[in-house]
Amino acid sequence: MSLINPPVRPEYERLLEEIPPREATRPLHWSNRLWQQAWLRRTAILIVLAILWEIIARQQNNDLLLPTFLQTASALREGLAGGELLRRAGISLTVLIQGYAYGIVAAFALTTLAVSTQLGRDLLSTLTAMFNPLPAIALLPLALLWFGLGHGSLIFVLIHLVLWPLALNTYAGFQGVPETLRMAGRNYGLGGLRYVLQILVPAALPAILSGLKIGWAFAWRTLIAAELVFGASSGKSGLGWYIFQNRNELFTDRVFAGLVLVILIGLAVETLGFQTLERLTVRRWGLQR
Amino acid sequence: MNKVSSLKMPASDTPTPLLDVDGVSLEYRTPKRLVRATHRVSFAVHEADRFVLLGASGCGKSTLLKAAAGFIQPVEGEIRLDGQRVARPGPDRIVVFQEFDQLPPWKTVKENVIFPLLASRTLGRREAAERALHYLDKVGLSRFADAYPHTLSGGMKQRVAIARALAMQPRILLMDEPFAALDALTRRKMQEELLALWEEVRFTLLFVTHSIEEALIVGNRIGILSPHPGRVRAEINSHEFSLQSQGGTEFQLATQRIHRLLFDEEYPVSRQAEPARKIA
Repeated sequence: MSLINPPVRPEYERLLEEIPPREATRPLHWSNRLWQQAWLRRTAILIVLAILWEIIARQQNNDLLLPTFLQTASALREGLAGGELLRRAGISLTVLIQGYAYGIVAAFALTTLAVSTQLGRDLLSTLTAMFNPLPAIALLPLALLWFGLGHGSLIFVLIHLVLWPLALNTYAGFQGVPETLRMAGRNYGLGGLRYVLQILVPAALPAILSGLKIGWAFAWRTLIAAELVFGASSGKSGLGWYIFQNRNELFTDRVFAGLVLVILIGLAVETLGFQTLERLTVRRWGLQR
Repeated sequence: MNKVSSLKMPASDTPTPLLDVDGVSLEYRTPKRLVRATHRVSFAVHEADRFVLLGASGCGKSTLLKAAAGFIQPVEGEIRLDGQRVARPGPDRIVVFQEFDQLPPWKTVKENVIFPLLASRTLGRREAAERALHYLDKVGLSRFADAYPHTLSGGMKQRVAIARALAMQPRILLMDEPFAALDALTRRKMQEELLALWEEVRFTLLFVTHSIEEALIVGNRIGILSPHPGRVRAEINSHEFSLQSQGGTEFQLATQRIHRLLFDEEYPVSRQAEPARKIA
């Protein structure tokens, strides 16, 4: 049994030369840098989708069922230039923003109550369990009875759509805030609303933002659907009613133009709104990669 | 009421303590039972003390620190700061935690130091900014004032936490194993810096650790706690030790003495080299 010993090697010391900074860090190739731009990649995806649409529509050759991309684009341009589409979109968005804002306030109040008291916690979990699965469209006839044939009933439904998912997400986010951070906040004498606003809300912002996104998508999609069905009854009609009207008159290109605008607004809110918000907050803070 | 005070230094000519932990029993709740974390613990921290609570895990040293911070209420006895009973967390006792997530990630380094000053309404915005920069300079982080915490290393994050605590100029600084999550080299450097800061500012420190070496280096007085439940086994002086005395004979002897106190074992002098391995 012989144990192998590693050889004893001589020690040495050496002086290190300075590495020129250009060699230590080199810039990326321009094509790599260009491809790093998210907007460029996204635009490329959109262009490919538009080309596919154009090809399929030309093969179908039926304007009534599937207008081409170019036809839709010109209908969209006309609608925007004439101001009608913009006006309709404006009406829809005004209603949406009102309902969304009320929903956020209600969700915030409910979750603040839930983090501060046991009863509030029970209230939140019971209410969300009851009302979150309730479809908004099913509430709309009732809302029309209660609030009449105006924007009031739409706003009521929108609040219902935003409130529950946002409250659920916000509360989950609050519960995920690290204990150390909570203690640090209380250590400085923070309490009550200041504690919620200065510690819990920023720390739970990733969850809150995802709740806001879910609420926004629910609200936008259901608002257009509700306008499609009940839009005629309210005096000023929005985008959904525009789509419905033009389908009745068989202006399929305008129907598509309306749909494209719904999508474009959704994309704009997502990229300009939420992504900017994320970049300025949770990404910058390292809460989210 | 103070039956356990026999373990304390005779209180005849010592001035009134800054922080007086008096017969404190702490309990925590598990789903099935109440567990006693500490049992009638008494010790006193005086102005400019670097008092170290040393003990193995389960001796309730962190729980004691949290009680001093006001996060936990004692079931027996009381903790007094300047003669006032500690009832809730407050900005006169700032805690430096072990975890790096004590810094709100949505605030830059400077804003982090300013935050408690504004939150506790100690200073206005401009004075707070000035003081923040002053203390960031003391911990050598002025260059990183506008960086976000997630871009810093662990040692730097703890420096920010220390700067933030010092900027509050609390009556007492509470440190809960602040360097335990750092690598050995950084930890040594942080101990050195903490002592340098103390030389300059002369804050009062209550420091929790499970490292005998760290206790001897950082503290001027060490309270040794025995586990399950935590009780004060001894208080010893360590003011003559510094980072330089590490490895010296005196230091070794003190280490062994603490070791014996912690684990209640008699060590033959010949086997003093690696007592830790024997225990494990």
